[in-house]
Amino acid sequence: MSAPAEHYTAFTRLLHWLMAAMILAMLFIGVGMVASISSAHEVLIAVHRPLGIAILLLVLIRLANRLAHRAPPLPSDLPLWQRLMAKASQVLLYALMLAMPLIGWSMLSAGNYPIVMFGAVHLPAIAPASPALYAFLRQAHTYLAFVLFAVFLLHLAGALFHGLIRRDGVLASMVHGPGRKEDKH
Amino acid sequence: MSDHLNAPLDPSTHSPNVAPPQKDPQTPERQNRPKPGQIAALSLIGLILAAIAASFAYVAGWLTPQRLTASRFVDALQLNNGGIYEGYRRAHAKGVCFVGHFESNGQGVALSSASVFAAGNTPVIGRFATGAGNPHTPDGDVPVRSMALSYQLADGQVWRSGMNSVPFQIIGTPEAFYEFGVANRRDPSTGKPDLAKQQTFAATHPELKRFSEAMAHWPITNSFANSTFNGVNTFRFIDAQGTSHNVRWIMKPQAPVVALDKQALDRLSADFLSIDLHQRLQQGPLRFDLMVTEAQPGDPINDSSRPWPDDRPTTHVGTLVVERDIAQADGPCRDINFNPLILPKGIEPSDDPILAARGSVYSESFNRRLREEAAAHIPPAAAGGRP
Ligand code: HEM
Ligand code: HEM
Ligand code: HEM
Repeated sequence: MSAPAEHYTAFTRLLHWLMAAMILAMLFIGVGMVASISSAHEVLIAVHRPLGIAILLLVLIRLANRLAHRAPPLPSDLPLWQRLMAKASQVLLYALMLAMPLIGWSMLSAGNYPIVMFGAVHLPAIAPASPALYAFLRQAHTYLAFVLFAVFLLHLAGALFHGLIRRDGVLASMVHGPGRKEDKH
Repeated sequence: MSDHLNAPLDPSTHSPNVAPPQKDPQTPERQNRPKPGQIAALSLIGLILAAIAASFAYVAGWLTPQRLTASRFVDALQLNNGGIYEGYRRAHAKGVCFVGHFESNGQGVALSSASVFAAGNTPVIGRFATGAGNPHTPDGDVPVRSMALSYQLADGQVWRSGMNSVPFQIIGTPEAFYEFGVANRRDPSTGKPDLAKQQTFAATHPELKRFSEAMAHWPITNSFANSTFNGVNTFRFIDAQGTSHNVRWIMKPQAPVVALDKQALDRLSADFLSIDLHQRLQQGPLRFDLMVTEAQPGDPINDSSRPWPDDRPTTHVGTLVVERDIAQADGPCRDINFNPLILPKGIEPSDDPILAARGSVYSESFNRRLREEAAAHIPPAAAGGRP
């Protein structure tokens, strides 16, 4: 195997790291604001809503990009269960990146809340006002956030496993483009 | 796991730019056995994951059970209420919905650019209530009454506001307010609050005296219609030039004030306030004037337990017209969170810590009661929340 390893495109990598930072921030902002009774609650929620909607827009672009470009293959010696894990966690991450903001938006709609972005700018309701729907979506927003956090940890563990233990180029394929191999030495 | 630890490293895909876990660039030849470096790497991975998970738990408040969170505040309210009244608000539980509109006279534009203050009408969903957390408390037993409003602005923005019939807050910080609740909690063995605890609290919180003195002279009227409702907390009105004005507001009734005859309470229905409201609205709408008072330099902005002097400039910015009452059981106010931090552009919160706490505590109370409604298969309110 002498062919250089394939890397994700620069655009894919940009989206990945930008969104990784945004989503991680959203998870921490989310649990932090809900627990806080200080003015941090309002400040954080004012960030949480537009940042969440920005994630929704970015994930749509990212999905289109992913469907248009094949992902680099995983190393051929990777055990099957690890390939399946990698696949499954990626599908789950996409599903949650899409679901979380949609749930946030629709739960506010169902709870009779205005969906404020910034200043006078706000979004229309996308669900009918309903206590049953609100209660369901509000709890889903919490539990799916915990699932997202767990899958993120798993994904991170996988990435570090590739980067630090297997050192098989999988982490590098998302960290930088091809051709950086010769940078050093 | 050892399977993969032993997996041969493929030199063609190995990237030296990925930082190895430890400073050991001269890793010896690959072996088919876990190397110390790999074990160190595994530990490092474990450490990283544990650190991230622990920070998450810390931020969520799970590691600090003594920290006052919205959830713990609502737990405390429930304890003081003597139980959970499913589907009801954790404070101001007993109330009645109304619909109406706000007629702005245009005077507020000088203080705030919020479109609700431009001359014209804005539809309103509201709620009158008594302050108790137990929805079965007779109206005559509760000294505090409230009015909550949701102004539905033409462009889809919303302004929510909750006002009390007492002019200022009993205590200026949420932590002290929480402790006050603890001090007043009924001892399950005696059914009464612990006098010693109450006295200790009063001794360390002189503002209680200011409040009870004011309450002694505060008129309790015989109707929602002639009660004055106070916004209590300070807000910032931002005018078109971007200048910020620290304000408090009241809803002043146009109906003549008649004091409640405390001697006659026995003969009154436990629900006399909502019965009276309904009767009055049969005769025609009720009106309240929205009066906005601006602070002078030095007035307390972030302490709602301290009233401002009476001579502050006050502007009449418009009139609330209450048109129709609807029982809260399926009225349009039922599933609304009258969180006073839901504000349109042109109105911003002050740094009053009570105001900040209300934002998160009301949301937690709202979440709990809607969950209970959902569990009881309560359908959406008949009149709907969104006009
Ligand atoms: C990737 C997107 C998102 C993530 C990861 C996320 C995460 C979270 C988390 C972890 C919480 C705390 C849940 C709890 O402890 O109960 C939360 C609460 C919340 N989120 Fe999101 N969220 C996202 C998008 C959104 C969006 C788009 C909106 C609205 C437009 C939204 C609105 C809210 C609201 C209103 C709360 C509750 C605040 C409260 O009860 O005080 N979220 N979110
Ligand atoms: C919440 C944060 C994250 C999310 C939602 C996320 C999501 C994803 C997704 C969906 C992919 C598939 C490629 C794509 O379609 O873009 C991916 C690949 C990857 N991610 Fe993440 N990621 C996150 C954080 C991280 C972090 C912190 C690391 C490393 C430290 C990382 C390392 C990688 C690597 C190495 C790949 C390539 C894996 C492969 O090709 O199978 N990710 N990530
Ligand atoms: C830290 C202090 C306070 C706490 C913890 C607190 C707590 C609560 C709670 C839990 C509710 C029920 C919310 C719901 O389920 O929708 C409520 C309602 C209400 N509170 Fe407070 N409150 C505080 C201070 C104040 C102040 C200063 C005012 C004065 C204006 C006020 C006025 C109201 C009104 C008017 C309602 C009824 C809203 C409605 O009709 O839905 N509260 N309060």
